[in-house]
Amino acid sequence: MNLLLVIIIGLLYTAGLYMMMRRSFVKVIIGLILLSHAANMLIFTVGRITKGNPAFLNKDGAIFEPFSDPLPQALILTAIVIGFGVQAFAIVLFKRAYQTAGTDDLDEMKKTDED
Amino acid sequence: MLIALPIISPFFFGILMMLFWKNFKAHSYLNLFSSVVSVIISVLLIDRVIEQGIITLQIGGWKAPFGIVIVADLFSSIMVVITAVIGFATALYSMATMDHDREKFGYYPLLQILLMGINGAFLTGDIFNLYVWFEVMLISSFVLLALGGKREQLEGAIKYVTLNLLSSALFLAGVGILYGLAGTLNMADLAVKLPNLEDPEMTTVVSILFLIAFGIKSAVFPLFFWLPASYHTPPAAVSAVFAGLLTKVGVYALIRVFTLIFVNDISFTHTIILVIAALTILTGVLGAAAQMNFRRILSFHIISQIGYMIMGLGLFSSLAIAGGILYIIHHIIVKTNLFLVSGFVNELRSTYDLKKLGGLYKLYPLVGLLFLIPALSLSGIPPLSGFWAKYSVIKAGIELDEFYIVAVALFVGLLTLFSMTKIWHEVFWKKNPEEEKTFNTINNTKQKVLSFLPIILLALITIIIGLNVEPFFNIAQKAADQLLNPEIYIKAVLGN
Repeated sequence: MNLLLVIIIGLLYTAGLYMMMRRSFVKVIIGLILLSHAANMLIFTVGRITKGNPAFLNKDGAIFEPFSDPLPQALILTAIVIGFGVQAFAIVLFKRAYQTAGTDDLDEMKKTDED
Repeated sequence: MLIALPIISPFFFGILMMLFWKNFKAHSYLNLFSSVVSVIISVLLIDRVIEQGIITLQIGGWKAPFGIVIVADLFSSIMVVITAVIGFATALYSMATMDHDREKFGYYPLLQILLMGINGAFLTGDIFNLYVWFEVMLISSFVLLALGGKREQLEGAIKYVTLNLLSSALFLAGVGILYGLAGTLNMADLAVKLPNLEDPEMTTVVSILFLIAFGIKSAVFPLFFWLPASYHTPPAAVSAVFAGLLTKVGVYALIRVFTLIFVNDISFTHTIILVIAALTILTGVLGAAAQMNFRRILSFHIISQIGYMIMGLGLFSSLAIAGGILYIIHHIIVKTNLFLVSGFVNELRSTYDLKKLGGLYKLYPLVGLLFLIPALSLSGIPPLSGFWAKYSVIKAGIELDEFYIVAVALFVGLLTLFSMTKIWHEVFWKKNPEEEKTFNTINNTKQKVLSFLPIILLALITIIIGLNVEPFFNIAQKAADQLLNPEIYIKAVLGN
């Protein structure tokens, strides 16, 4: 299970970075989203995963080892909410830029380099 | 309670403004009032920190390391004080120059939330909380940058947003791995637990992740490209706040984690930082030499100056870090001032292009003088503040026999002077190339006073630091000593 997650995280990072290097707006946004998912999954995996068990105590009320740490999941929750807001903003920003500039090619975004 | 006020106060006023959204006249006055309150709070805070040492607040009564803790040591409180001063200066300047369209769309509440995020980042003692404050600061800066919707602004915002989100994702991954290693997020607790890990090499790996994440935010050598692409696009008041404060939050975070948490392998990590510093100092100033736009030149100089601060961290001696802190104080004040002056020139001539500007000294000698003070300070001419800041870091470099970086720092000082004289010549000295075009005149006395006042105020601070550097240096020295003795910080946060 862990190995599978690790491979998925690696794939998400690769895909995210690849998409961010594309020239189209939409692909850059998809890249950003994948990248934040990758970071979230990474934290999730780091907090250890136990299959089919309750959080701390087993059925008899005794602590079992190794239990999965709930804190990373709380962190991810925060990160997902923040990421959601920021990505929503980014999408609107890219849309406005597309409307104003009339292109979705990042290579055409040269206006800031002119004096 | 006092320690949480620099965060609560801007938040309160930001919310208050949102309650009567349409009355933007009231926004501007509330903004000014809030900035005065922040100055008072921050001065009280630093006074108490000097008196009592590091003070902490365990939020909700959850004891560290389990709850989130707010910590004010000297370095944090210095940063909070400067933030408040810059907030005040921009509040005045915004009242004079901000257009109604931006005011209508909540410019002032956004500014307050931005200041809240910055103060939060300076005061938090928890690394995940630092991430949250970074995001608070980023999202309000995104909106401030894009507000107005002109094409350059949107393009600048795209570059700024994309690269900063990338940095946030790296930061978040770093936090996650760090938690996996040490099982804690409290910075003091991390400092205790990381040296006892089974494989300390992992700490170094994570530290590089943090170096990259904070490096993007503070615009160091290979990661700075978002800065000159975006800082010259928003109105002068906005770019003045950004230029003064935002990158310095990144520098603050770098100094914090690389003096408290990642000190296990100094010979490796801090050498990298030193090399980056040298390259940042050099590329920033060379980039500036090629530009012909007032604010783009200044933007490239931010990068170059960041290098000097990072150099203080990389040298890692008491004097070097004190010099770095003094440099941050000096730089924030001077840089904000230069952007405000550039904004004033733009008010008069409606352009930032050096080729189109000229002849301003003849008509407005006072503006010329007010440009010259921060410009000379930036290039490190005695007796202004920049001289002492440069002197301290360079002296620390000589003491540690790091002659390469000292040579770079001294050489770049000259090039900075060259850049500043270029602006001086093109904007103020040479003949006006567009004789037929008349100057915009600012007849409104209130507007004139409000835009001159912050410029004069910041210029005065530069001169005061320059002529009477001792108290400022002493406080920077004390802050550096606190940073170099993490035990004090750890004891203040965790108790015994």
